[in-house]
Amino acid sequence: MNPDALLEVKNLRARAGAADILKGIDLIVRPGEVHAIMGPNGSGKSTFAHVLAGRPGVTVTGGEAILSGKDLLAMKPETRAREGLFLALQYPVEIPGLSTLHFLKAAANAVRRHRGEPELDAVDFLALAKERAAIVELDPALLDRSVNEGFSGGEKKRNEIFQMAILDPVLAILDETDSGLDIDALRIVSKGVNALRGNSRGMIVITHYQRLLDYIAPDVVHVIAGGRIVKSGGPDLAKWLEVNGYAWTEKEGAAVAQGQGPEGTRGAAPGAAPPKGEAP
Amino acid sequence: MKQAPEGFGDLENPQYRWGFVTDVDADAFPKGLDEKVVRRISEKKGEPLWLLEWRLSAYRAWTAMKPPTWANVRFAPVDFQDIVYYSAPKPKGARPKSLGEVDPEVLRTYERLGVPLEERAALAGVAVDAVFDSVSVATTFRERLASVGVIFCSFSEAVREHPDLVRRYLGSVVPPHDNFYAALNSAVFSDGSFCYIPKGVRCPMELSTYFRINAAQTGQFERTLLVADEGAFVSYLEGCTAPIRDEHQLHAAVVELVAEGGAEIRYSTVQNWYPGDKEGRGGIYNFVTKRGICRGARAKISWAQVETGSAITWKYPSVILQGEGSIGEFHSVAVTANRQQADTGTKMIHVGRDTKSTIVSKGISAGFGQNTYRGLVKVLPHAAGARNFSRCDSLLLGSRCGAHTFPTLDVQNPSAQVEHEATTSRIGEDQIFYCNQRGLSSEDAVNLIVNGFCREVFRKLPMEFAVEAQKLLGVSLEGSVG
Repeated sequence: MNPDALLEVKNLRARAGAADILKGIDLIVRPGEVHAIMGPNGSGKSTFAHVLAGRPGVTVTGGEAILSGKDLLAMKPETRAREGLFLALQYPVEIPGLSTLHFLKAAANAVRRHRGEPELDAVDFLALAKERAAIVELDPALLDRSVNEGFSGGEKKRNEIFQMAILDPVLAILDETDSGLDIDALRIVSKGVNALRGNSRGMIVITHYQRLLDYIAPDVVHVIAGGRIVKSGGPDLAKWLEVNGYAWTEKEGAAVAQGQGPEGTRGAAPGAAPPKGEAP
Repeated sequence: MKQAPEGFGDLENPQYRWGFVTDVDADAFPKGLDEKVVRRISEKKGEPLWLLEWRLSAYRAWTAMKPPTWANVRFAPVDFQDIVYYSAPKPKGARPKSLGEVDPEVLRTYERLGVPLEERAALAGVAVDAVFDSVSVATTFRERLASVGVIFCSFSEAVREHPDLVRRYLGSVVPPHDNFYAALNSAVFSDGSFCYIPKGVRCPMELSTYFRINAAQTGQFERTLLVADEGAFVSYLEGCTAPIRDEHQLHAAVVELVAEGGAEIRYSTVQNWYPGDKEGRGGIYNFVTKRGICRGARAKISWAQVETGSAITWKYPSVILQGEGSIGEFHSVAVTANRQQADTGTKMIHVGRDTKSTIVSKGISAGFGQNTYRGLVKVLPHAAGARNFSRCDSLLLGSRCGAHTFPTLDVQNPSAQVEHEATTSRIGEDQIFYCNQRGLSSEDAVNLIVNGFCREVFRKLPMEFAVEAQKLLGVSLEGSVG
């Protein structure tokens, strides 16, 4: 156990249906760090986020994940959330008939009870909600509507970041928050995320494209391929990927799979050198 | 980590807290039904000849009728000879004159059900008629109501003490030959509640009937007759529970409401009969005919119902809008969890000019539950300017339950306006996970979603009833999420 880690993931393996998706993920996120996880489609990026959040449909087959010193994988999804893990979903779901405000007040108070903090009454919560809605320029009128029902794609994503602002997590995971956003929406969402960066909060930003990282500057960039982290580096790695794409990971992933060992390709610290081998 | 392929997999039997049995000495008939049984019931009640004849005519009609098969519910045929048609807890006197003469076990039963019959302990502002198996055991606040002219008593007493009123209105809304179960009820009804609000009187308290089935293998057949004379107002509540038993029990009631000119009746039901276990064993067959008539101009009848119980529900609280400008409303929440089936809805029959009706139906299905809305909006040729608005929403929890909607519109006047809206939404694993991920337990998530869904109907219930209904919904759907 790494004493200064907020999140420590060791050799995490997971399966969905008959397919092994995660084949041994190792990752350490320290307080205040923003990690970007990139990779080709089907590499296991989203599955990794879902496993950490406890989404049904994925079975952990090995390894561990420790959040703030506690065994994350032993907790129910709601306990993970109350312990401060927040997942902004790639496809936020609609909940007909349940107002956003009502939903979030119940959620915020469930988290506050867990932390031993007093619950917020309707008046205090409304004030908090209005203040936090401003961070992502979310129209307060949307708060009275059913959760995500009839929201545009951009509104749904802003609503995710708004919820994150309300729930004040210790670890936020953003699963392809940039997908489907136009440039203005991307700027607003990123501004919101940056406003929520802090010395104690860790973030994992999952994205397919470098574009998001122009707005949310990561401390560390990882590349997942074939269910493993095949490269880690500093912000330059993302730029390098933008130019070179992910095709090289097929070879790299295969090499790792053949038992060449992860030593040379993993565990890089923030600001580490760009990838070896095929770098320009 | 995952327990079922779908988040709603492990359906536990909801905790049915009202499932106890009271040990009382009962005066019960043997099983079976023939003309002699009808005569014995009438004799037991010391009824006048006209009522016996009324019963016999219904009985004869019933023997020629067949149980309805058009409803979207499935169950083994009921053996009508395998039912006890009369069972009453033995009172100390002939008919208990005061609560002191009612079997204390019966009084304790109502206390356990949260409906204390001692007036001092009773809910302020609610008068209760307590029906236990086949008879009314007590009616509270009668004197106080009588002081403003309101008659509120058991049906049997009404027959003895107000025969003219009973004779005038009995069967005037639901004729004895109306349908199979109404005919059966008309033949064998054993008791029920009677209420008359005189002209211009606003009933000073909520009136209620609490129905309790206790005896095994016994059917409950009660009638409620509620008359609001010109300009009167009354709010009426109805609650019901039964013990947990493996066999099915039949409840076939008839409710008739009469609103004269300018009168208003609000009728609220929280139906919580034993729903059966999760394999569908046991539970009440709730086959009920409820109908109101707005006889005079600008009369108003509102039905509000929360149906959480019963193995099978078959009921269509309806309004005949005869008086010019009269108004009918139906607000309903029906829940079917486990193996429960419900086929429920309403009929709004627009007879008079400028009549208005509103239908709001919310169906919730979980587990293997099947929920059907069946409605008829009929506008007759003379109902110029009639208006109807109907809204039917269905909420599915999980993927093995069903929701069905059968709205029928029959409009025979070209100036009528009829609107129908319907939605169906499914709450699946994704929605529940989303709530979990924000820190809410699955149970809390379902409660939040369901209460949001039903808010429009709950608002129509008297406050205490709304709170009760909200809790009941939570209990009914307990364990319906993995």
